[in-house]
Amino acid sequence: MSITIEKNKSESKTGIRTEEMVLNMGPQHPSTHGVLRLELQLEGEIITNVIPHIGYLHRCFEKHAEAMNYSQVIPYTDRMDYLASMYNEFGYAIAVEKLLGIQVPERVEYIRVIMGELQRIASHLVALGTYAVDIGAFTPFLFCFRDREKILSLFEQTCGARLLYNYIWVGGLSHDLHPDFINQTNDFIKYFRPKVKELNDLLTKNKIFIDRTANIGVLPLDVAINYGISGPNLRGSGFKWDIRKEDPYSVYNKFDFDIPVGQGLMGKVGDCWDRYYVRILEMEESLRIIEQAVNSIPEGDVTSAIPKRIKPPVGQVYSRVENPRGELGYFIISDGTINPFRVKVKGPSFVHLGVLNEVLKGHMIADVIAILGSIDIVLGEVDR
Amino acid sequence: MKTTEEIFTILKNIFGESILELVTAQPVEHFIRINPIEINSVCSYLRYNEELLFDSLMNLSGVDDSNGEKTTDADGTQIISGGTLSVYYHLESTKLRHKLTLKVSTEREKPEVASVESTWRHADWHEREAYDLLGIIFLNHPDLRRILMPYDWEAGYPLRKDYKNPEFYQGMKVPY
Repeated sequence: MSITIEKNKSESKTGIRTEEMVLNMGPQHPSTHGVLRLELQLEGEIITNVIPHIGYLHRCFEKHAEAMNYSQVIPYTDRMDYLASMYNEFGYAIAVEKLLGIQVPERVEYIRVIMGELQRIASHLVALGTYAVDIGAFTPFLFCFRDREKILSLFEQTCGARLLYNYIWVGGLSHDLHPDFINQTNDFIKYFRPKVKELNDLLTKNKIFIDRTANIGVLPLDVAINYGISGPNLRGSGFKWDIRKEDPYSVYNKFDFDIPVGQGLMGKVGDCWDRYYVRILEMEESLRIIEQAVNSIPEGDVTSAIPKRIKPPVGQVYSRVENPRGELGYFIISDGTINPFRVKVKGPSFVHLGVLNEVLKGHMIADVIAILGSIDIVLGEVDR
Repeated sequence: MKTTEEIFTILKNIFGESILELVTAQPVEHFIRINPIEINSVCSYLRYNEELLFDSLMNLSGVDDSNGEKTTDADGTQIISGGTLSVYYHLESTKLRHKLTLKVSTEREKPEVASVESTWRHADWHEREAYDLLGIIFLNHPDLRRILMPYDWEAGYPLRKDYKNPEFYQGMKVPY
């Protein structure tokens, strides 16, 4: 429901003067999901312009990466998008393996995919739960975090950490799966399938939720591509584009899964509700991938291909993976030494925040929170 | 689907001298080197030509090539003079499914590159980041401000290889 404002409305017919107001939202604000400051320029309650100010968490990961060797960079990648650490390591490991030109054992690939998809569910659960809190529904948040806890326990039993894993290494993994992992994962799938339906009943089809999100923050497809939007936000705008299908990496081409896209079921294609619903559907697709992967996982040694010393030849690579938030790209230049010469990260959250001004213009203040939540950013990755 | 070699031939026929060379020496990725001032007109052609249709800019990265003359001053900090800074562009066509890498190099003392912001809005924040961290000036960029570092940061550009940590920021001692 965006509203167009007449220009130069400084004097209304009644002779009452109006003027533009600037409102600072953040950096300490519960709905910005981190430290983000939005400078909102307002005409009454309607937004005319938004200037995001970022950098509050900047620690220059890229500079750190130049000072250490290839395997020491992995714990730093964890700390970028701390809700999807497993996937950050996954992307980095793939990029360095491309530079080195090594193949990893099949079992490693399967485990990486399982971990990556579990991480996608965990990350989407946070996104959906906190989104619900942002616009006033508290219960779904508790339900989502209860289920996410089960995934974190699986990770904890596998590698000892709940959030920052350092599990996926260049050429392999730090540990093999623990003996009961496959049973527990199958139990989790059985447990979680009905929970998705529960979440749908509770939130997705809730009248108040639909009123707050449908037709709000519509992101047209051409604008989305121009701004480099990827992942669930791009698919929410109705474009069937997923790097797992378009540019397959690891063993994704062995599994059968669909790419859900926004269809405008409750309003226009590309509104907040579509972006939300794509994430719900994606969790179900991830469950399908995990189910196929855990039941066909081959035997093997997960540490056999880990190089003793990582020293790639002179060259460069841009490698990308489908992170829970979108296209996570690593651009790595090697100068033939044991330290990377340059590591540049194209983080989806950073890119998605750039489109905010375009989407927010003409909306009411209350919709800022609904739109920001639906874009699902993690400030740790925006600022790196 | 077009390969980098085919695209190089097409561009060379149209832009002539502005297309510097095709680099295929490296094992993983090939790229085309382009004149930094002409990069936007080349990109605009790549985006709108019907055989190429590069509608998506995947990534834009600034790099300090660190290929100038290196000297060390009295307190042990390295100073690089001369040499180049570079920008890499990774393009993709979502319709024709091909990819391309472009590179421009510019002098370290006067790092000026044409902005591609008018071709892909995506470049806006990436160019601001490259300006912020490497000091590359993007000509015709509408809003070239620092983005990750504080707006009043005066100690230079952190991703340059000869960057030296400041001792003070706004009169406050910086602890390490």
